[in-house]
Amino acid sequence: MRRVLLPVLALVGLFGTWEVLARSGALADLMNLNDTAGTVLVPAPSHVAESLWEDRGLLSEHGWVTLQEILAGFALAVVIGVAFAIAMHLSETIRRAFYPLAVASQTIPIPAIAPVLVIWLGFGIGPKLAVITLICFFPITVNTLDGLRGVDPAATRMMRTLDAGRVTMLRRLELPMALPHFFSGAKIAIALAAIGAVFGEFVSADEGLGHIIRQAQAQLLTARVFAAVAVLSTFAVGLFALLSMLERRLAWWGPGARGR
Amino acid sequence: MQTSVQLTGLTHRFGELTVLEGINLLVRPGEVVGVVGPSGCGKSTLLELVCGLLEPASGHVAVGGAGAAADRLAGSAYMPQRDLLLPWLAAIDNAALAPRNRGASREAARQQALPLFNRFGLADFAAARPAELSGGMRQRVAFLRTLLAGKPVLLLDEPFASLDAITRGEMQEWLSEALRAEARTCLFVTHDVEEALYLCDRVVVLSARPGRVVAELDSPTARAKDRTAALTAPAFVALRERALVALRDGSRAGASP
Repeated sequence: MRRVLLPVLALVGLFGTWEVLARSGALADLMNLNDTAGTVLVPAPSHVAESLWEDRGLLSEHGWVTLQEILAGFALAVVIGVAFAIAMHLSETIRRAFYPLAVASQTIPIPAIAPVLVIWLGFGIGPKLAVITLICFFPITVNTLDGLRGVDPAATRMMRTLDAGRVTMLRRLELPMALPHFFSGAKIAIALAAIGAVFGEFVSADEGLGHIIRQAQAQLLTARVFAAVAVLSTFAVGLFALLSMLERRLAWWGPGARGR
Repeated sequence: MQTSVQLTGLTHRFGELTVLEGINLLVRPGEVVGVVGPSGCGKSTLLELVCGLLEPASGHVAVGGAGAAADRLAGSAYMPQRDLLLPWLAAIDNAALAPRNRGASREAARQQALPLFNRFGLADFAAARPAELSGGMRQRVAFLRTLLAGKPVLLLDEPFASLDAITRGEMQEWLSEALRAEARTCLFVTHDVEEALYLCDRVVVLSARPGRVVAELDSPTARAKDRTAALTAPAFVALRERALVALRDGSRAGASP
């Protein structure tokens, strides 16, 4: 009961205050924005809800495009991230050589390289996938690698005397042990994937929520900006919940699956 | 399956630190030998040397006469202090890990494990997950896992150290019965002198680091059916005192280099 009630109360309190302040013009005054000519520059939650309803066709069409990008980019990041973690776990040389590079890859300012990616990969889904994968593989790789390296050395000794070879050790002991860690990384990555998709769309898109946000900004349709953001957040929260559910089913012994 | 373990002039170092020095020990086929000693005296290192996961700095280790690391690994199975059961596997699949590792199907591996579960009174727990088992039960499954490796030599590394006193007593009786039924050559590391003297034919006392053999005692009542009677017999009590004195003197000897 408290699990549902508390977030709902927090949400109602926050949105209620926001509604009152925005409708009364207090927020606009505070920011020295005088709403004129019927343009709502500081939208109340009810304005956003209005936009969500009126622009539902637009938002669902473009939201679907963004959702596909998120899912494809995340899937790619999982494959690359896990493969990278396994490679770094199996080879000390690979780990020493590439771990610093993986860290460095996270310091790349996405807005700076996104246009370059468009030049390289064209205007299609390519650059969006590249951006999402680039920011998503990292938490997956780091967490999975921590899980693989964190296996109890006594368990490794035991498995060796129980005739486990390198591949068997990985399959029967290390990968399952790393599974809860993988989910920790994947849950961070899925939230980043939503941001990554919009970043990708800002630069080179004529569709997707990022495109809608950019257009709405240019037209001062602030309510629509918030509506698009709300859709994006819903995706992230929904996918996060889906991953948590998957974690409870597949890695039920891990810390992330307990208690919540 | 009866195989000897032989250590001759065994010395091991980690960098500058000498942990074991000049260990000579012959474990005869089917014999259970206990190794007791103060913390950090290299007891666990001794087991790693025997099962081929470490190479000695000098001296010689052989399992069944073979000294190569691969042969030692092939001849011995290791049971760690914590049960280390895999939480996602049922008890029977945990016990059947070695056959699975060697490529047996899940069904075939279970078929190998099942008779042991029946024989050792674990049949009702075969399908249970480790989290549903008590500490004692988990150690029983861990011991069956070690047995099912099918190795002639068992290396037990303080298997009951994390159990409470009552459960530990029960487990000692259970293990003594299991070893009567399934005779194997055993090296049993423990810090509990009483446990060693009850379960083992012979007990070796090591000094503080670097570990050297300071006493070897033959137990008159190894794996006796009546544990309480065995533990209170005057001969046992006297032997326990001797072992404790050796342990205490050994700790002092090690402390002053």
